[in-house]
Amino acid sequence: MSITSNEFSPARRLVLKGAGIAALIGLGVVPFGVPQALAAANDAYPADAFKQKSEADAIKALYGKSPEPSDKVKMDAPEIAENGAVVPISASTTLADVTSISFLVTENPIALVASYKIPAGTVPNVANRIKMAKTSNVTVIVEAGGKLYSAVKEIKVTVGGCGG
Amino acid sequence: MASSIRVRATSNGDTTEVQALIQHPMDSGFVKDAKGEIIPPHFITQLTFEYQGKPVFLADWGGGVSKDPYVKFAFKGGKKGDELKVSWVDNKGATDSTTAKIQ
Repeated sequence: MSITSNEFSPARRLVLKGAGIAALIGLGVVPFGVPQALAAANDAYPADAFKQKSEADAIKALYGKSPEPSDKVKMDAPEIAENGAVVPISASTTLADVTSISFLVTENPIALVASYKIPAGTVPNVANRIKMAKTSNVTVIVEAGGKLYSAVKEIKVTVGGCGG
Repeated sequence: MASSIRVRATSNGDTTEVQALIQHPMDSGFVKDAKGEIIPPHFITQLTFEYQGKPVFLADWGGGVSKDPYVKFAFKGGKKGDELKVSWVDNKGATDSTTAKIQ
């Protein structure tokens, strides 16, 4: 009997640990509902959004709402990326009161790639290099004045950057 | 040890343009090595740029950012000779930071 209970207790501990972590993640998500003014200053890492596999879930976890397409969001990216491991992409916007800019790749195992917080006084123009598993739509989301605006572009990838 | 961060900040009087290049594997956790074993995730989660004690740019990154990541942005203000502080933390808790003089 005692052997059985010894075998079971680590499992129970694991379950408890899991519950604790889940609770922490739950707490971590709450601050993202706070007003926009705080969002720019809030430097908590959106761990939950970076765990979501689909683009829609990632956007929901990150912002809690959906974007609308806007021609004021400009994306500068190649039509064809020869190397999916390094795809240079930049985004800019003419919208005012920008608080964040995010990059998502629909077909990546984890859709959200990067999210940049733009404090007041910082120019809403960001360039970075991302990985793409395969040919996919790339979405740029700009959060401005508490609303979300997006631009989408398909980038063809000849060699993937996320597979082995 | 040499810093993992290379940063160049140039002021044109009105705005300061910042370019940063960081040495980091940025393993996503989805790639397998030569033996077919998954390389565990190891990537920078947050990168912060501070000017005069205030953040001017915050990056939240996942494993989808390329190896040896590069980022470029610009902020209003910033005087030549002033310092810009750059720091990062990764998913294993490692950190590095550096300061660069605005040119």
